[in-house]
Amino acid sequence: MTLISVRRLGKKYKRYPDQRARLLEWLSAGHAKTHDPIWVLRDLSFEVEPGEAVGIIGENGAGKSTLLKMLNGSTQPTEGEIRIRGRVAALLELGMGFHPEFTGRQNAITSCQIMGLRRAEIQRLMPAIEAFSELGDYMDQPLRTYSSGMQVRLAFSVAAAVRPEILIIDEALSVGDVYFQHKSMSRIREFKDLGTTLLFVSHDPGAVKSLCDRALLLDKGLLIKDGAPDSILDYYNAMIARREKDEEIRQVESETGKTGTRSGNKKATILAVDMLDQSGEPTRAFRVGEHALIRCKVRYNEPVSGATVGLLIRDRLGNDIFGTNTYHLGQDLPAGPGEVWIEYRLALNLGRGNYSVSVASHSRDVHVGDSHDWWDQAAVFQIVPSDAPSFAGVAALPVEVTIRAPSATGMQR
Amino acid sequence: MMQMLRSWWLSRGFIWGMVQREFQGRYRRSLLGGVWAVLEPLSMILIYTLIFSQVMRAKLPGVDLGGWGYSIYICAGILAWEYFSDVVSRSQNMFIEHGNLLKKTNLPRSTLPVIVLATASINFLILLGLFLIFLLMVGQFPGWVLLGLVPLILVQQGIAVGLGLVLGTLNVFFRDVGKATMVALRFWFWLTPIVYPITIVPERFREALLDWNPMARLIGGYQGIFLTGNPPDWTEFVPQIVLALGLLGLGFFAFRRLSGELVDEL
Repeated sequence: MTLISVRRLGKKYKRYPDQRARLLEWLSAGHAKTHDPIWVLRDLSFEVEPGEAVGIIGENGAGKSTLLKMLNGSTQPTEGEIRIRGRVAALLELGMGFHPEFTGRQNAITSCQIMGLRRAEIQRLMPAIEAFSELGDYMDQPLRTYSSGMQVRLAFSVAAAVRPEILIIDEALSVGDVYFQHKSMSRIREFKDLGTTLLFVSHDPGAVKSLCDRALLLDKGLLIKDGAPDSILDYYNAMIARREKDEEIRQVESETGKTGTRSGNKKATILAVDMLDQSGEPTRAFRVGEHALIRCKVRYNEPVSGATVGLLIRDRLGNDIFGTNTYHLGQDLPAGPGEVWIEYRLALNLGRGNYSVSVASHSRDVHVGDSHDWWDQAAVFQIVPSDAPSFAGVAALPVEVTIRAPSATGMQR
Repeated sequence: MMQMLRSWWLSRGFIWGMVQREFQGRYRRSLLGGVWAVLEPLSMILIYTLIFSQVMRAKLPGVDLGGWGYSIYICAGILAWEYFSDVVSRSQNMFIEHGNLLKKTNLPRSTLPVIVLATASINFLILLGLFLIFLLMVGQFPGWVLLGLVPLILVQQGIAVGLGLVLGTLNVFFRDVGKATMVALRFWFWLTPIVYPITIVPERFREALLDWNPMARLIGGYQGIFLTGNPPDWTEFVPQIVLALGLLGLGFFAFRRLSGELVDEL
């Protein structure tokens, strides 16, 4: 018994150059086509069985949110059809169309009413919504006084007030604080165990991996892969890597503000810095602890003695995380001129987040003395969670914990 | 059609909740609250009464009603007109106003006109109640002929809802529609004998006004009930009934046709 059946689904937005163009098309009863058709989704077909948890993965603009909006019924498909059986609760974007002038409570009531709940049910559920959201006094304050995290807390509490047959969650949850993320995740897990079907969009591969038993990979509006989360995520990582100037990474680069500043006396030129995974595929996303190969291609333009090539990993805030060079590692470089590849193999025992790699060629261990080429943020990469237990911070230290009942004498001492 | 009625019934909780919210929202952060609902039309009535019956000495031929004739005339007209224009002006904005909800939830879109109509109707009933109390106090209560209001209201609000649905749908795509509606309503108000008696219109225009302004005869119907106690003559309202049905059909068609694209544009 299929719960969700999507067949040849497509969504087209019309983009008109201006309002007059739209009027022209309307007045000609569609004979004059003045709009550009923008297909955000095309020819999508899949089925979801009851109890399945499906992660939807894809880059920004791949059509994930549009798909969820159509499944939720707020946006209508241009072609194809969706068949859904069962009650859907959806958490799309921030909030649930909350009104800024009304209080959290009033907005929660409206959202419940939209979900079709009766007044008595709403009254019965309100205490649970209030308790789960942990908004306290804010519950009776207008929504415009809420932070985005608080809005998400309220929205999730409403969406999760009654266990739905189908729960649709857009990335919204990532807005909330870590504490609430965990709290809502365990609620989602509870629902899943009780048989709720889950459709889940997330940029957090760890969440998809641990929560979902199936993943769909969307790319430029097409469903390009449907399968087990592990293999889909691997494929996705490879896909990101292939798009060298991946959008997300570009965003990180522009957020940090300083992209690839170069300096040096040009005795050497760093030609490229590549990041590869264990199978030799270029990638920009690694799991915690994954082994990476950082390949620096350097060309020496003249004979240089005592040349050293070093790298420095920084976190997104610019803190130095780890740096090393060939001199420290006891490796001598050929005296040049010519091209040389320096390959660092290292385990990325880092916490999740975005990092940059800076690479420099200089003489001996002090680069300031004689810097040939210093390339800040030559590459940017992302650390995604692995199957190992999650942790806080940037350093993944090997850890063990033992629990022992203290002896009575030990307590009294 | 049956599907729509069913979805209205299923979402009755939401409809009622939104109507309540509408009233809560309207007088939020005001001290007098609901009193404004009465003060606003009352001030209008006062101004027109002063200007037309006192300053301009407009006379209603053949009615006296203990000196209250003009006040009753103007109250009846404004009451009816406000009900009509309330629905039209709110409908033209309803999809934009609730854009946030439409985009993020799967609320049944067809409930929006119902919410607008219900809110306006409650407002109208409150004002009508106050007007009837006033009529009782001055001894001019019209009696059973009041039931004649029901068909008048049905036809008038049929026009209002149909027109509002067409304008509201178009307004999402061309915001000019909303602006134009508000201007047009203002002209329409003065082209309808509400604050002035039809007798001051030159005779050669009178027939044209009654024939081409569907609101003229409808408002005349209200005025007749309250002033002379005569129920309206239904044979005169055939064009209005046709218009109401036509506009409702057109509005329904426009809404059905464009409701998918509508959300994309919000």
